Amino acid sequence: MDAIFIQILNGLDKGAAYALIALGLTLVFGTLGIVNFAHGALFMLGAFCAVTFQKLVTLSVKVRDEGVTAFVAYKEQPYLETWFGDTGRIIIDYSVPLSILLAIPFMLLVGYVMERGLIKHFYKRPHAEQILVTFGLAIVIQEIIKAYFGANPIPQPAPEILAGSANVGAWVGLGNNLVYPWWRLIYLCFSGLIIFSVFAFLQFTTYGMVVRAGMRDRETVGLLGINIERRFTVVFAIAAIVAGVAGVMYTPILPPDYHLGMDFLVLSFVVVVVGGMGSLGGAVLAGFLLGIVQSFASMNEVKEIFPGIDQIILYLVAVVILLVLPRGLMGRAGVMDD
Amino acid sequence: MSDIKKSGVSRRGLLKAGAVGGLVAATPSIFVKNAWAEEFRNNPENSGELKLGFNVPQSGPYADEGADELRAYMLAVKHLNGEGDGGMLNTFKPSMLSGNGVLGKKVTYSTGDTQTKSDAARASAKRMIEKDGVLMITGGSSSGVAVAVQSLCQEQGIIFMAGLTHSNDTTGKDKRRYGFRHFFNAYMSGAALAPVLNKEYGSERRAYHLTADYTWGWTQEESIKNSTEALGWETVNAVKTPVGAGDFSQYITPVLNSGADVLILNHYGKDMINSLSQAVQFGLRDKQVNGKNFEIVVPLFSRLMAQGAGDAIKGILGTTNWNWSLQDDGSKAFVQSFGAEYGAPPSMAAHTCYVQTLLYANACEMAGTFYPPEVIKQLEGFNFDGMGNGPTLYRAEDHQCFKDVLVVRGNENPSSQFDLLKVVDVTPRSQVEYDWTIFGGELGPYEVKM
Repeated sequence: MDAIFIQILNGLDKGAAYALIALGLTLVFGTLGIVNFAHGALFMLGAFCAVTFQKLVTLSVKVRDEGVTAFVAYKEQPYLETWFGDTGRIIIDYSVPLSILLAIPFMLLVGYVMERGLIKHFYKRPHAEQILVTFGLAIVIQEIIKAYFGANPIPQPAPEILAGSANVGAWVGLGNNLVYPWWRLIYLCFSGLIIFSVFAFLQFTTYGMVVRAGMRDRETVGLLGINIERRFTVVFAIAAIVAGVAGVMYTPILPPDYHLGMDFLVLSFVVVVVGGMGSLGGAVLAGFLLGIVQSFASMNEVKEIFPGIDQIILYLVAVVILLVLPRGLMGRAGVMDD
Repeated sequence: MSDIKKSGVSRRGLLKAGAVGGLVAATPSIFVKNAWAEEFRNNPENSGELKLGFNVPQSGPYADEGADELRAYMLAVKHLNGEGDGGMLNTFKPSMLSGNGVLGKKVTYSTGDTQTKSDAARASAKRMIEKDGVLMITGGSSSGVAVAVQSLCQEQGIIFMAGLTHSNDTTGKDKRRYGFRHFFNAYMSGAALAPVLNKEYGSERRAYHLTADYTWGWTQEESIKNSTEALGWETVNAVKTPVGAGDFSQYITPVLNSGADVLILNHYGKDMINSLSQAVQFGLRDKQVNGKNFEIVVPLFSRLMAQGAGDAIKGILGTTNWNWSLQDDGSKAFVQSFGAEYGAPPSMAAHTCYVQTLLYANACEMAGTFYPPEVIKQLEGFNFDGMGNGPTLYRAEDHQCFKDVLVVRGNENPSSQFDLLKVVDVTPRSQVEYDWTIFGGELGPYEVKM
């Protein structure tokens, strides 16, 4: 029972990351009809917003280690600590959540520039060309990141108070031996909040209603005198922000490197397809479902019966679902049917 | 008839010339200077320069380590050509290197990108051999790559001086006559770690292994299991994890209630960074199991990689081939030279690559030729010192170097950004030696048919 409970938590956590990336992908596909292979790179860019922010707040005076003469070895004393004492230390400690403040405007800008500068020229081009150009863009972005930050992962610690584990076993009456990292629980809640916000924005605001109408019938909305393209640009930027903040908050779980986006991209596309192309609810549902399935497939008891199942389970489930439901879990008729 | 002009060649003269010609042809070629000229691939005899092929990961997850390897190679080339301060040329014994190139030829190089993929590494090595005309290939940061390139080099008759490769297979079941490894291996890590683990954690422990699912991970798991079980430790479980899994949570959580009190991470690079960081996040190091503190062990540690794990490495035990903080003359000379050139200390990968280049160059000098079979014979059984690891032997039977092994711990109080690993023990060479037949494999022939 303990193992099952923990694997459900693992699955939800993993699924939360898949769902957040897939949500943005679906949003872009549903509005602009663009298959955006650079979306994983946006997740990675968000993670590097956290890295950049941490570098900024830990700008330091370097105290030379005189014991080393062959090269400059030093210990760092951050200026923030020197100038503001405990307040500076708190800012450094909370650099990951605080870096969302940098990530939101940055990702908004990146999303806007990407859509206006490149993506809009491919609206009416075949999906194959869209995939090629966005995939190329993803490679360019990751190489730029590698050139500036190197290829090694860069650690991003969670705030000290949240660095340990919560006694989740005691919460649900499963004893004191069942622990789960606080930060992963926070990531799960954060994902829920973001997903809810996106749905609320689309469902309960006039702006969102127009976007949804545009997703159904772009031409008619245009005939009503609404500049739907501008709104779709905003949607693209929102998708970029969602990917970016998801990347920021994921950094204490997985130290980011330039390849982070690619690691998630393929799985996220599987999630989108399983959920149903263009279906936001489907993307979220499939994200959590596949996350949980992947976690259970990694259990030793399962692997003893089906060795190596953890490495193929996602694709196996995808094949079965698409055979039974060719449009995915919540796919709509007419989307990618041709 | 009398009008017929006699030719200048008499029948007797022709017979004499034929006899002399036959005698010359029958003379064993080894008595003739440069007998092997033109008889082996990429013979530099007429080119005036010796070209070496540096095949390192310039892209992909180990690109930073590859960059450091390349820095070391370029430094080695400089030193061989008599530029710079000479580095380990000043401490290497016995050495015939004088900073005058190799056999009087200037050393140049060509580079390739392994991408840490076997097929890409073979393709770049093949390109350097066939198009760039390199006489030796060296480098790499993965055992899968090393085994693949080594086998190609055997087919091509080109010597391969392996870079960072830790699998037992490289000089075990997959060893080749043309392949040489200076780096230590998984067996040696196990043999070196065991006494320290015994001393620090006792002999009644229950270990859980998470293992990267490829050649290096398998051999490391086997070696560490053998060593720890010999101490009296029990192996609770050994789970294979996919390379590049990213999130290891689903593999770490079963450890929590497995009854194990030690987690052994047979991971390297990004996998090590992720699994170690996540194991610490899951509170394993704060746990008490079987009345003991839960411990994590990383058998192969790299300073360059350890940076990515941040504070998670503090207090973690492991082994390493070399560390820049060593105070022997060879290490100091290399660190001084590398630090002055690049402003940072060399990694263990850089060290092994630098040493391999010098060892190859010296073997050519000792052989008096670039002919690979003769160079191989000089390297086989070669005893040397002054290269940072104490007295070292290149064992003839499997082309594995034997030297002292460093047991290190993640530094709790680093004095600088580079001071991440602290040497806690130096396991003498005699304790990590083993019978070369235990891993099987055949070296193959000296002569390679083209």
